[in-house]
Amino acid sequence: MASLVLAEHDNKILSDATAKTVTAAAAISTPVHVLVAGENCGGVADAAAKIAGVEKILVADDALYAHMVAETMETLILSIAGNYDAILAPATTNGKNILPRIAARLDVPQISEILKVVSADTFERPIYAGNAIQTVQAPAGKKVITVRATAFKPAGDGGSAGIEKIATGSDPGTGKFAGEALSKSERPELTAAKIVVSGGRGLGSAENFKLIEKVADRLGAAIGASRAAVDAGYVPNDYQVGQTGKVVAPDLYLAIGISGAIQHLAGMKDSKIIAAINKDEEAPIFQVADFGLVADLFQALPEMDQELAKRGR
Amino acid sequence: MKVLVPVKRVIDYNVKVRVKADQSGVDLANVKMSMNPFDEIAVEEAVRLKEKGKVSEIVAISIGPQQAGETIRTALAMGADRGILVKCDGDVEPLAVAKILKAIVDIEQPGLVITGKQAIDDDSNQTGQMLAALLGWGQGTFAHKLELDANSAKIEREIDGGLQTVEVKLPAVMTTDLRLNEPRYASLPNIMKAKKKSIEEKTPADYGVDIAPRLKVLKVSEPPKRGGGVKVKSVAELLDKLTEAGAI
Repeated sequence: MASLVLAEHDNKILSDATAKTVTAAAAISTPVHVLVAGENCGGVADAAAKIAGVEKILVADDALYAHMVAETMETLILSIAGNYDAILAPATTNGKNILPRIAARLDVPQISEILKVVSADTFERPIYAGNAIQTVQAPAGKKVITVRATAFKPAGDGGSAGIEKIATGSDPGTGKFAGEALSKSERPELTAAKIVVSGGRGLGSAENFKLIEKVADRLGAAIGASRAAVDAGYVPNDYQVGQTGKVVAPDLYLAIGISGAIQHLAGMKDSKIIAAINKDEEAPIFQVADFGLVADLFQALPEMDQELAKRGR
Repeated sequence: MKVLVPVKRVIDYNVKVRVKADQSGVDLANVKMSMNPFDEIAVEEAVRLKEKGKVSEIVAISIGPQQAGETIRTALAMGADRGILVKCDGDVEPLAVAKILKAIVDIEQPGLVITGKQAIDDDSNQTGQMLAALLGWGQGTFAHKLELDANSAKIEREIDGGLQTVEVKLPAVMTTDLRLNEPRYASLPNIMKAKKKSIEEKTPADYGVDIAPRLKVLKVSEPPKRGGGVKVKSVAELLDKLTEAGAI
């Protein structure tokens, strides 16, 4: 029949997690349609229409969807679910929030955070914080799936999908948006950045995270953190890399003062190159790091800052 | 207001998980089991609400083998009032769990259900949302902060870009994230008291729910191993290596 991908966006910019989810969708059922739900999100729809392999963009442009509140999204997606045999979303906080509601209402199991499409009904997904990989086969019928975007290559561009407005659903009135406090940053988005510089408890304070910022800015990198650093209040929650935070797979992951708890490794071990600086040479992070430097970060970071400056970065 | 807190018995957070040689699953024999850490946060939040006088009764529910009764006992020792153990063996998928919980909600009529955002064994992150959908309720997932009133709740949520607040009508479902609170350790007197609290034993059939898995697990395997690399001696050498590798 067809598959439907829920676009991830902020009403202005389409996240590249969408094009990655399209890749997974195309391996399950074609044609692929993308649902862009938001408010004044025409630019996002135009961007989605350029993803290769997408046949149609469905746009629900209404204040109801400005923040993709799960209860209103449920009504919207269910109104078109009959046309699809697979419904997918990237495993972002939106996808995780919304899709289980769809699965429950369709009375089908959801398959969470797939890493690989083995065949149209068989998928690999991580369990136990990525310490084991489960291969599961879905029963006949509709499939509801969230996709770990970092595990898929983005579908290319050059597409020219048609854009179709769809009727907006009703508001069940059970939940509504009441405000947000988003982290403001000029740096690249954590899950999409080519380089991520992450700090751990070893930094010791929010103030000391400035050392990370300097190096990150020289490299044009995003900043991440371990759970310990977030729990200690050094940085906001959305910096957290790990099984329960964000999963990243940049070209370079630079771990500074991070010991490498299993939970953290689950969020970054698919990075192309991992480099680590830690003063404890027994730190587990060195078991996964391609390049390890045993050093005191309070010396190493300023030195790296100067060295990068010398090299014109 | 009554609060239901579903709690799951899982492999303890600190145990290194081993995949069985025949790839049928992970080895659970002689492994320490504990309450799912996110569910502990859920119990703690419910107990704090009770201490503030906003909640009158906390019912802890677990769906699992007889030993899941111990997980309920832990919740009772933390401050829950009574328990319901829905006994069954083997893995129960989130949708079946949500259906059992819906049946219990229909009987118990709570104002709020608080549970962990995900269990650290199957990492599904589905049950709370599924329960809310089956009930037609609002939800506040990945909760960072809760303000509970008589008829509504303001829930601050951890989202990809930072924090978002939603306002849900009660009754509703809330799922907890890491920083909602720090769960207490049960004191010895409270552990003793918990032994006298009641745990009602039920089966999925009592609620008319078929728990047969819908997904077929074909195998469980080890993730690809990532080998360690080389140690470098200086920051300059590290940058040289990264430049050589084309990483910077």
